[in-house]
Amino acid sequence: MTSILTYTFKNLPSSTWALRFSLRPLSCSSQLRAAPAVQTSTKKTLAKPNVRNIVVVEGVRIPFLLSGTSYKDLMPHDLARAALSSLLIKTNVPKEVVDYIIFGTVIQEVKTSNVAREAALGAGFSDKTPAHTVTMACISANQAMTTGVGLIASGQSDVIVAGGVELMSDVPIRHSRKMRKMMLDLNKAKTLGQRLSLISKFRLNFLTPELPAVAEFSTSETMGHSADRLAASFAVSRLEQDEYALRSHRLAKKAQDEGLLSDVVPFKVPGKETVTKDNGIRPSSLEQMAKLKPAFVKPYGTVTAANSSFLTDGASAMLIMAEDKALAMGYKPKAYLRDFVYVSQDPKDQLLLGPTYATPKVLEKAGLTLKDIDAFEFHEAFSGQILANFKAMDSDWFAQNYMGRKAKVGSPPLEKFNNWGGSLSLGHPFGATGCRLVMAAANRLRKEGGQFGLVAACAAGGQGHAMIVETYPK
Amino acid sequence: MVASRAIGCLRRFANASRTLHHCSGYICRNFSRSSALLARSHINYGIKDDVAVIRINSPNSKVNTLNQELQSEFMEVMNEIWASDQVKSAVLISSKPGCFIAGADINMIAACKTPQEVTRLSQEGQKMFEKLENSPKPIVAAISGSCLGGGLELAISCQYRIATRDKKTVLGVPEVLLGILPGAGGTQRLPQMVGVPAAFDMMLTGRNIRADRAKKMGLVDQLVEPLGPGVKPPEERTIEYLEEIAVTFAKGLADKKISLKRSKGLMDKLTSYAMGIPFVRQQVYKKVEEQVRKQTKGLYPAPLKIIDVVKTGLEEGKDAGYLSESQKFGELAMTKESKALIGLYHGQVLCKKNKFGTPQREVKNIAVLGAGLMGAGIAQVSVDKGLKTILKDATLTGLSRGQQQVFKGLNDKVKKKTLTSFERDFIFNNLTGQLDYQSFEKADMVIEAVFEDINLKHKVLKEVEEVIGMHYFSPVDKMQLLEIITTPKTSKDTTASAVAVGLKQGKVIIVVKDGPGFYTTRCLAPMMSEVIRILQEGIGPKKLDSLTTGFGFPVGAATLVDEVGVDVAKHVAEDLGKAFGERFAGGSLELLKQMVSKGFLGRKSGKGFYVYKEGVKSKDLNSDMDSVLAGLQVSPKPEVSSDEDIQYRLVSRFVNEAALCLQEEILATPAEGDIGAVFGLGFPPCLGGPFRFVDLYGAQKIVDRLRRYEAAYGKQFTPCQLLIDQASAGKKFYQ
Repeated sequence: MTSILTYTFKNLPSSTWALRFSLRPLSCSSQLRAAPAVQTSTKKTLAKPNVRNIVVVEGVRIPFLLSGTSYKDLMPHDLARAALSSLLIKTNVPKEVVDYIIFGTVIQEVKTSNVAREAALGAGFSDKTPAHTVTMACISANQAMTTGVGLIASGQSDVIVAGGVELMSDVPIRHSRKMRKMMLDLNKAKTLGQRLSLISKFRLNFLTPELPAVAEFSTSETMGHSADRLAASFAVSRLEQDEYALRSHRLAKKAQDEGLLSDVVPFKVPGKETVTKDNGIRPSSLEQMAKLKPAFVKPYGTVTAANSSFLTDGASAMLIMAEDKALAMGYKPKAYLRDFVYVSQDPKDQLLLGPTYATPKVLEKAGLTLKDIDAFEFHEAFSGQILANFKAMDSDWFAQNYMGRKAKVGSPPLEKFNNWGGSLSLGHPFGATGCRLVMAAANRLRKEGGQFGLVAACAAGGQGHAMIVETYPK
Repeated sequence: MVASRAIGCLRRFANASRTLHHCSGYICRNFSRSSALLARSHINYGIKDDVAVIRINSPNSKVNTLNQELQSEFMEVMNEIWASDQVKSAVLISSKPGCFIAGADINMIAACKTPQEVTRLSQEGQKMFEKLENSPKPIVAAISGSCLGGGLELAISCQYRIATRDKKTVLGVPEVLLGILPGAGGTQRLPQMVGVPAAFDMMLTGRNIRADRAKKMGLVDQLVEPLGPGVKPPEERTIEYLEEIAVTFAKGLADKKISLKRSKGLMDKLTSYAMGIPFVRQQVYKKVEEQVRKQTKGLYPAPLKIIDVVKTGLEEGKDAGYLSESQKFGELAMTKESKALIGLYHGQVLCKKNKFGTPQREVKNIAVLGAGLMGAGIAQVSVDKGLKTILKDATLTGLSRGQQQVFKGLNDKVKKKTLTSFERDFIFNNLTGQLDYQSFEKADMVIEAVFEDINLKHKVLKEVEEVIGMHYFSPVDKMQLLEIITTPKTSKDTTASAVAVGLKQGKVIIVVKDGPGFYTTRCLAPMMSEVIRILQEGIGPKKLDSLTTGFGFPVGAATLVDEVGVDVAKHVAEDLGKAFGERFAGGSLELLKQMVSKGFLGRKSGKGFYVYKEGVKSKDLNSDMDSVLAGLQVSPKPEVSSDEDIQYRLVSRFVNEAALCLQEEILATPAEGDIGAVFGLGFPPCLGGPFRFVDLYGAQKIVDRLRRYEAAYGKQFTPCQLLIDQASAGKKFYQ
């Protein structure tokens, strides 16, 4: 029933106001009826013979905050530690049971380059539990989770903690290469003469600092610029982008107000108040948003501060176990982690199209179709990126010419898409977003009903990821 | 509830943008009800809101050129637009992704018989563009691809310019390279737009300017980034996007929301202030003229006239400037130099085509034997075109040197910012250096670049099935020519493959038949023999150099020997001397032999006719050569030893040998002979190549000169039969 309605909905020619009005009741009813139609026992579970079932026992995140707000004086491992200790408290997992800890992060604090280990030590995990840090741009936490899945599936581990952290309030700003070279040479210089001769070579421009580039290394293009071009490639208008961003903020606000964001744990910030909720959710109005100037392609671009995800501080953590182990320990898991894929494509013109490539691939792998998915959780880097992905997924031409597929996979129905907000509104701490996506999918499936969730994200470098999350039977 | 409302909006817009072309926003208007509209073949236009979008798309051609037909259609359209109440502004765009307008139609000028006719053409263009400049409705030129010559003059007559930041988008006024000048107001508008110094630079060098630089110069107002794939091919969508942006700006201009005033940087302000002072202006003219005279030796009239025309416009006002522009344009179009240069242009176009068809198998992997200057040069021009290249040498030192040469070539481009460091690394990765023959079986083509030693060559070639000669010129990344040599055994497909590879490497290609010295070396050898003779007759290297450069050769004859290498020159002279006997006589080989034995090998050994020092540009004569030259001195023949005679002795031997190559069918066409001589050997471009030179100078006069020199020196000057025939029949190589 749901799927039929969705289908009609998608195919309605809707270029007039009249139709728009007529659409509203339609879409409402589809949502209303969706509720009782769930818990379809007709669908098979995705369990595979001879492969261990892997489950998410619990996942938490500290509130995601705009950079430069309450977390601004902390270090990344502080945030990660907060997430980890909350997970310990919430799950009561005995620390000796945890076999391995993996964290994702993107902009590395050089002092804590293996931030997973530093955070785990402080969070009260056993010092006998090894930890490592992974990085894969915006899908770093996804990589942390799937690394854990790999360890469990191959029988190496039973209990994994995976998570991610990002602190954009502080980034490593370096001395210039010339200055660094001089300082290192000075270190090696033995005589006063050598030192003086080195110092005499000093020039004022040595002091120019090196900022970490937000640009793609291979193309020197900033991500926002690429997103603007992507939106233009798919003819996504400014208004469409603003509308989508507004939707994200409104849905996030609603979810926050209704207490649906149950993965958020309070964090007592040292020296400051206790932070209890995400602070980037700001439902505005289209008129307000229309006033903003383009942020990257000036003066006529369409990507603005209001329709992009903002710089965010935050951390997330998740307890992943082999199903048998979780059950033996008396846990009631939230969801299965099923098939996943990583994809990559041209980092210049298709930088942010990861979900387009990953979605059909992961569906195929799991033997599902788009219609089988009850909850979509896509990472929202930019409104324009999400809408471009929709158009790409809905284009036979694109599927045939760029993905080597016979036909399009189709664009996800909006009523199942990021219903509790997304990165645009909740925030996007690069390394931590992946766990938030999976938890949102798992919690939505439990709340809204439904069996399968699809998580997808794009990442710098022209990479992408998708994973199927299956709700754990009640 | 909230969600679904947003969904409604979204859907609406998604659909609206998809159907943009079919519904309300866009009307394909048949403005005039006359049949004229239907007959239009180059230009069509539609109206978006109140903006007329004029699309140029010349039929059956890859490029748009400003020919009579296009011009009249364009004016017709403009008149309709100006007359329409519905239109408030216009966008001018090309439907061809790689080309806005490539320039004026050269044939239009070639068809004119008198300077007055050409002047009239120029005046028509001026009038048309002046109307655009004064258009009451703003016109935005949306530029993607080449915007050259008349195309740029058109663009700068518009009120606003938006260009795609694409490697294919280049702007420039290359008229000077054809011996003419920008004749449709360009000489008057460019100085206003980019300032006098930059305008001179553009007009006198004819250089192409990329979009981002054009933006900095103030030549374009906005840049549009090229797009990747969407739901249609990138090129198509980019043009569409450019149009959308241009339409937005056209509306903004019409509504006066966008200002036409350009904010100038401090340097621009200073420059324009300085150029406001008459004394400074005079100094600039003087300086530029001096420089041009020094570089052209007065052999090219166009640059000087360009200076003159710009000067007239600035000093005497617009009307005088336009008049001068059109008159000088007419005069220049009739000059021999222009005809020669235009001939070369046509030849070049011809030599950029593969007349042997598409090869059966596309060459994707090549191997180059020998990592010397030549081998590495070949590798360099291959890897950056995406050819996977194996560079093989016998020693690690040789190989490393070659790899470094390729890397340096790429890295220089990074310094010039035409490549990013990432692109450099990516391209460099196409190169595999090795000492053995591993994976050679995967190579579609093996290019052998081992030092010119015939024994070694035979050893190398023993096991190869099919051979074709590819004669590159050093330095390979700078010299445009590739001479391909076929034997009766060479199949057509092999030739097609070699030409395809050469074209990919960006070369201008001539295909010649096998024979000693092929075409280029063979033409050069008799001239070199005469160089030695002249030196023996007591003309010093410096004087000889100035006589040859004064005739239009880019490098003096003595310097050329030093650059090529005295040992190589000796080697060639010996070999070809044996093959051709007395026709290559004249100078004594002894001179080169003695130079080699003394180690005077030219630039590479630090001494030749001149002394070369690292980092020193000016060069002094090698005083040790005095005794060598004195020992071989012969007395000059006064009747053929004037400066002019010396120049013609050199050139006539070159020309005679070239004609003989055509007579013997080493060369297939005179056009290839001209291109080979100019691009490979530096034959004076203002003369258009040996064959064009004979046509313009007169075959009879050449034959007469040869006869006179023959009388003085003997058989090396005997004119070949083809020249005699041409002279007696009054025929020309080019009809």
